[in-house]
Amino acid sequence: MRETEVLVVGGGPAGLSAAIEAASFGAKVTLMDSDLALGGQLIKQTHKFFGSKNERAGTRGFKIAEELFKELKEREENIETFTNCTVTGYYKEDGVVSCVKGEDEYFHVKPKKIVMATGAQERIIPFPNNHLPGVYGAGAVQTLMNVYGVVPGERVLMVGAGNIGLIVSYQLMQAGVKVVGIVEAMNKIGGYWVHAAKVRRLGVPIYLRHTVKEAIGDRFVEGAVIQEIDEKFQPTGNEKKLDVDIICLAVGLTPTCELLWQAGCKMSFVPQLCGYVAQRDKNMRTSHPDIWVAGDAAGIEEASSAMVEGRIAGLGVVKALGYGAPEEIQGRLEEYHMRLADLRGGEVGAKIREGIALCSVESWEV
Amino acid sequence: MKLIEKHPILEYKHGRLVTFTFDGVPMQGYEGEPIAAALHANGVKVYRETPIRKQPRGFFCAIGKCSSCFMVVDGVPNVRTCITPLREGMKVETQRGKGIVKMDL
Repeated sequence: MRETEVLVVGGGPAGLSAAIEAASFGAKVTLMDSDLALGGQLIKQTHKFFGSKNERAGTRGFKIAEELFKELKEREENIETFTNCTVTGYYKEDGVVSCVKGEDEYFHVKPKKIVMATGAQERIIPFPNNHLPGVYGAGAVQTLMNVYGVVPGERVLMVGAGNIGLIVSYQLMQAGVKVVGIVEAMNKIGGYWVHAAKVRRLGVPIYLRHTVKEAIGDRFVEGAVIQEIDEKFQPTGNEKKLDVDIICLAVGLTPTCELLWQAGCKMSFVPQLCGYVAQRDKNMRTSHPDIWVAGDAAGIEEASSAMVEGRIAGLGVVKALGYGAPEEIQGRLEEYHMRLADLRGGEVGAKIREGIALCSVESWEV
Repeated sequence: MKLIEKHPILEYKHGRLVTFTFDGVPMQGYEGEPIAAALHANGVKVYRETPIRKQPRGFFCAIGKCSSCFMVVDGVPNVRTCITPLREGMKVETQRGKGIVKMDL
């Protein structure tokens, strides 16, 4: 059976950062991602990041991915990478992990430590005909247009005016696609004002207190009916038919945590972090002594914090494996903790801080 | 193929153009890119039909998690076409129902 010191599950911003950090102290790392390319959602982000300069604010997401790939390459003697390789199971009896390369090449790995950086999956909302092709997740639309250069459709209805809905609307327009409107069930725009201003300037109407009533079409989306709702989310009777071929759902994400459940990690339902998340100590170790968690899998947040969490988890792992000088690791950890606190500071980070407090433990030692 | 020709920020690097078939119809796509992306570029939106209600399903999550884009590829059913790379000569078919795994017992 294949063996490795550190298995990192997921090659997005958190997983890449964890792998880089662990490998920089000499640990032998195996990095696996189910997608065809590494980088997770980062490679689809054409907008400039916010946050502090330390976390590459002002740099476009896909450029940040390139910087991480460079760091990965510099440590390639310690990192083995698998893409198009899905981790399908964790067996807690013996700590063996099952994987599938492609669709049929099944194999096992026995790691000493694991960082689960499995990211998130998109939520869906119920409405008649939401199964029709043309109703796509926002991440999927980004993949089509920003990774593979495929025109996703002609006319788009965006559902959700949070940051993802606003950013993807803008990206659609960059790709030459018409955004017919954005509906948002709340009575205010959830995303940053700067993103909303950009799409508004380009003439895209944002319908607040509106939702999708139904998708129209037989084999695929040929239109959508949107309706106004009141403060109790009940329809007011005001409806509007829109001529669209894509209904893009940007209604939130939820952490991907099946493997953590399988491993028997203690889990908590934390609405602020958008679903079930593993309880963790300061260095992202779960209740399972060999498993760490980082990024959206640990709670839905920004890619900037996912990268710092990944670094922290990577350091936590090398510390447990006995690599590196303890003072050096401690020093780096303290720096990353400060940077993370910075990212979560102020009013914007209040919800995240609340959520983290609900699933954090001081220490797992008894 | 419906591809983005001009983008203010991104430059697309495509691989080799190859030929594959969708339900017997020859199409072109880029080698190594997801089968689902190649189909979408060729205007194909319906990838499978559900077993009981025969409802159409297509692209949805693009990360290999939702099962919406399962198709029969080279005779193998339930292939996640959003994360399976396109190869020259691939035989891609609409999946109707659950898909039958052919094996000798």
